[in-house]
Amino acid sequence: MTLYSALVEPFADYGFMRRALVATLALSLGSGPIGVLLMLRRMSLVGDAMAHAVLPGAAIGFLIAGGLSLPMMGLGGLVAGLSVALLSGLVSRTTALNEDASFASFYLSSLALGVLIVSLRGSNVDLLHVLFGTILAIDAESLCLVGGIASLTLLAIAAVYRPLVAECFDPGFLRAVGGRGPLYHLLFMFLVVINLVAGFQALGTLMAVGMMTLPAVVARLWAQTLPGMFAVATGVGAVSGLVGLIASFHLGVASGPTIILTASVIYAASLLAGPPSPLRRLVRRPHLSA
Amino acid sequence: MGDRAAMSGGAISLRDVTVAYDRHPAVHHLSGSFAPGSLTAIAGPNGAGKSTLLKALMGELPVSEGAIDRGRLSVRDFGYLPQAAEIERRFPITVADAVTLGAWRRTGAFGGATRAIAGEARRALSAVGLEGFERRHIGSLSAGQFQRVLFARLLMQDAEVILLDEPFTAIDARTTRDLLEIIRRWRSDGRTVIAVLHDFEQVRAHFPETLLLAREPIEWGATASALSPANLLRARAMAESWDEAAPPCRPGAHDHAHAHDHA
Repeated sequence: MTLYSALVEPFADYGFMRRALVATLALSLGSGPIGVLLMLRRMSLVGDAMAHAVLPGAAIGFLIAGGLSLPMMGLGGLVAGLSVALLSGLVSRTTALNEDASFASFYLSSLALGVLIVSLRGSNVDLLHVLFGTILAIDAESLCLVGGIASLTLLAIAAVYRPLVAECFDPGFLRAVGGRGPLYHLLFMFLVVINLVAGFQALGTLMAVGMMTLPAVVARLWAQTLPGMFAVATGVGAVSGLVGLIASFHLGVASGPTIILTASVIYAASLLAGPPSPLRRLVRRPHLSA
Repeated sequence: MGDRAAMSGGAISLRDVTVAYDRHPAVHHLSGSFAPGSLTAIAGPNGAGKSTLLKALMGELPVSEGAIDRGRLSVRDFGYLPQAAEIERRFPITVADAVTLGAWRRTGAFGGATRAIAGEARRALSAVGLEGFERRHIGSLSAGQFQRVLFARLLMQDAEVILLDEPFTAIDARTTRDLLEIIRRWRSDGRTVIAVLHDFEQVRAHFPETLLLAREPIEWGATASALSPANLLRARAMAESWDEAAPPCRPGAHDHAHAHDHA
C-alpha cells in the first residue's frame, strides 16, 4: 500500500469519506474550545449528561421526520437539551441539590424516554444510529448544519470571551460588578447543546461529547493559556477525525468509535509525554536559576 | 478626608436589618450606619454573620426584614473582595488579565483593554508591589501575591465603597502590612472601607471603628470600646446559641440598645 492509497485515496475516491472528513474538521473547530471551557468550569461530566439529555428530542424529531433526518433531530435535540439545562439550573438554584446531581437525574429520565420513543417506532438499526452515529451517511444538508454550528460557536465565543472568562474565574466578582453571569452561563449552555447536536450525527448521543472532552484534557496537559488550549484542542480534534476516519476505512471498523479512540490514544500519549508527565520525572534535569 | 467624604448622602444606613438562611437569622436586627469615608472593621466570632452582612450590603443576599439605604450610592459603586476560597485559582489567566477585569464597568462585557487601561493595570500592579508580574499566570502565584493581585483589581475598580471579606487570612505579615497601607490610602482618598476581620489585634491597631457582631450587634462604634473584654465574652456566648426549634422572633422582643447610629 502506498502512502497515497493509504491516506489520500479514501477521500479522493469516496464522496461520503470527504463529507465525513469535512464534518469532523468542522466539529473539532466548535467542540474544541467549548470542551476546554466546559473542563475549566469543572463541567466535563455535565457535558456528558447533556449529550444524553439531547436524545428524547432527537427521537421525537426522528418520529416526525419518519426516519434519520439531522435537521429535524437536531431541532428536537436542541429543545430537549436546553430544557434539561434550564430545569437543572432551576432545580439547583431553588433546592439543596447541586447542579451535577440535578443534571444526573434529568439526563437519566431523558435518556430512558428517548430510547423508549425510538424503540416504539424505529428498528434496532435506527436505535444504533441514534446512539452511536452514522458519520459516513452525512449528506450535504447535514454538513451545512454542522458547519453553521461551528461558525456560530466561534463567533459567539469571540463575542462573549471576556464575560465567559470572568464568570468562570471569579463568578462572585462578575455578580458584584453587575456582569449578568447567569445570562452568559445560559448562552454557554446553549453553545454546548448545539455542538452536541452537531456531534451526534457523526458520533451518536453516547459519544458526541467525546470530541469536546478528550481534546480538552489533552489541551490542558500541553498548553498554559486559554487561547493555546483552544488551539491544541481544535488540533487534537481535527487529527483524531482524520486519523480515525482513515483507520476505520482500512480496518473496516465503525468510524465514530475509531475517531474517539484515536483521541484517547493521543490523550494516553500526552499523559506519558506531556509536560507534567511521569516519564519526564525519571529524567533528572537541573533546576533553573530563577 | 478627601472630596468624596464631603459629598452628602454617601452614608450606608441599616434599619433593623435581618438576613436569614432558611428562616434562621444570620444577621439579626442590625441598625446603624457607615459614615462616608469611614474605616470600619466588622469583627466577631465564627458564624457571627460577618460575611453575610457584607453580601447583604452588596445586594447579593436579600434582606429578610428591615432595609439597607445606600443613599445616592448603588451597589455599582461598591468594590468587593470575596474570600479567596471563592475564586478559581487554577484558571489559566495572566495577572494582567485578572487585574484588567477591575475595569469591567468601563470596558463593559465586550470592550477590549485599551492602552490606557493596560497602563492603569501596570500602575495598579506596581502599587501593590508586583511590577513585572503582568505575564505570570495566577496559578503560579503564592497566596500573598494573589491577594495583592486582587487588591490591584480593586484599585482598578476605583469604587467609592470597598468591602473586604477576610482580606488577610493566610497572608504573610509583610503582604498584610503593604495591603493595610493601601487601605489607609483609600481612606485618605475619602473612600468608605468596610472589612471583615477576625484578628482583634489587627482591628485595634488599624481600624478606628468596629461593628462587633454575633448575629446581633454587640456594639458599633469606636474600636476600643466595641472590643472591650466584656463585649467579646458576650459575643462568643451569643454566636454559639443556635436552636433548630427556635420560635418565631417577636417584634419588640429584642434589645436594640447596643445598636447605635453614629452617622
